[in-house]
Amino acid sequence: MSDTASTPPTAEIDEQTRRDFLLVSTATVGAVGTALTLWPFINSLNPAADTLALATTEVNLAPIAEGQSITVVWQGKPVFIRHRTKAEIAKAAEDDAAALPDPAKDADRVIKPEWLVMVGVCTHLGCIPLGQKEGEPKGEFGGWFCPCHGSHYDTSGRIRKGPAPQNLTVPAYEFTSDTQVKIG
Amino acid sequence: MSEQNTESKFMQNGVVKWVEHRMPIFSFIDHSVGSGYPAPKNLSYWWNFGSLAGLALIIMIVSGIVLAMHYTPHTTLAFDSVERIMRDVNGGWLIRYLHMNGASFFFIAVYIHIFRGLYFGSYKYPRELLWIIGVLILLAMMATAFMGYVLPWGQMSYWGATVITNLFSAVPWVGDAIVTLLWGGFVVDNPTLNRFFSLHYLLPFVILGLVIMHIWALHQFGSNNPSGIDVKGPQDTIPFHPYFTIKDLFGMGVFLLIFCFFVFFAPNYFGEADNYIPADPLATPPHIVPEWYFLPSYAILRAFTNEFILYWPVSWLMTAKLAGVIAMFGSIILLALIPWLDTSKVRSARFRPIYKWFFWIFVLDWIVLGMVGAHPPEGAWVLIGQISTIYYFAHLLVVLPILGIIERPLALPESISASVTGGETKPAE
Repeated sequence: MSDTASTPPTAEIDEQTRRDFLLVSTATVGAVGTALTLWPFINSLNPAADTLALATTEVNLAPIAEGQSITVVWQGKPVFIRHRTKAEIAKAAEDDAAALPDPAKDADRVIKPEWLVMVGVCTHLGCIPLGQKEGEPKGEFGGWFCPCHGSHYDTSGRIRKGPAPQNLTVPAYEFTSDTQVKIG
Repeated sequence: MSEQNTESKFMQNGVVKWVEHRMPIFSFIDHSVGSGYPAPKNLSYWWNFGSLAGLALIIMIVSGIVLAMHYTPHTTLAFDSVERIMRDVNGGWLIRYLHMNGASFFFIAVYIHIFRGLYFGSYKYPRELLWIIGVLILLAMMATAFMGYVLPWGQMSYWGATVITNLFSAVPWVGDAIVTLLWGGFVVDNPTLNRFFSLHYLLPFVILGLVIMHIWALHQFGSNNPSGIDVKGPQDTIPFHPYFTIKDLFGMGVFLLIFCFFVFFAPNYFGEADNYIPADPLATPPHIVPEWYFLPSYAILRAFTNEFILYWPVSWLMTAKLAGVIAMFGSIILLALIPWLDTSKVRSARFRPIYKWFFWIFVLDWIVLGMVGAHPPEGAWVLIGQISTIYYFAHLLVVLPILGIIERPLALPESISASVTGGETKPAE
């Protein structure tokens, strides 16, 4: 509070420290602010509301005969629904004990054993495996075969051979009646 | 030299002088690619490919801007709008074929340019940053080409996009979230097409910016040359203009001749017939192949299976899929480290009797990888792919560092001038 020119010898350093503080805090606030501003731009690339709105698909299972498969579209992705034969169910259960790259029991992959519902997208790089139609290759384990990089899936949709790291994904679904299933 | 320029007839022109005084653009051009830029006098035709790549970039930007005026980036209209360009738009077929084949020729020029740099050691001190910027250009080109290939929305467009974006799902924990973010949905769909179009338009200008930095860094020390030894004085150089402008122009004539042969007589030679089938999200083509310039990278990606010996050391840590993805990106990114991986102080392979052979083996290995990438991963191709993948990394990580230490280089000529006038201290070979 003095009007004299006598300032403590440390004053100059104090001044610098305060400037440094202002500089660092301004830069920090600026950087955080910029990062926060960037987020809406990045987030705008995530799925939009109309894309998310197409989140569920209902399917009538009544016309699907035993041993037959259909492909339905859910969220733009193909979903395989297979009415499995007794032999396929037995084989799938038997293979629970086999060496599986992604271990899973067949019983945990289905709600009703005769209906296998799973996303028909190879877990390697997203191709659609063959084996849905008559005459298509089903791979060495009688399930599905991905032509892109040679992944073999068994009758439970589990990966058995090839580069795919995981089993075919089982989506969330429920039976709304005996013959009606809601995926998503 | 600049004094000489201010006295030239052109620089005496009133308008030129008026502009030059306010913005010295004419002397800037002269120092960049004119008589004011001294270049080593022994530059061979291998030094043409930089300007050829620049020409290809300009062809791509010009043809691309016009194509964008006729193209519709929507899943229901994209394929048809491309067919409309081919059938109805005046000269549309020509512009599209220029753009399609221009991509291949851009990569041809750039790959030769890169191998030129590898043979003559152009990446060594003091040109490391120049080289790194070049690797960034290659990466930006790959991203641009990949997204451009998606735009026609054919089967290969769609499934190529699916396979490549799915690579990112290999990232631990956040992989699926990244893929959803890239797609803007749960599959490759309209939002994906829209953003790829936006980025495909943006990235060429990013490349242009990188090219300017590449040339800026080049001019700091000037071009390397076939002897790999430094310019010692004015006797080692000749002015870029007219000597190398005319040589570059001649190269461009030859390049355009070959380019036009493909544009007019074999426009779909580099393409895939499947891409003339509209995209079908519910049917994967039996054999997905990327464009030829991605084949070596694709082969490295696919080499990583559970049985691959290079995968074993990291098998406890990650899936074979993630290892493949890391190896594929690593194979390009490692190129940026070559200035430090190569321990030899001698630049040009002319004076490196052992490296010379390893260089050609590396070229061969890269071609074999390309062939592997083009074939389905069955039978012998699997093993060939894995062996050539091992060699690719062995060349960069083992051969280059060791060779620099054990190899005994030949005696270097006294100067560039001496090497071309026959006055070498000892002949090379």
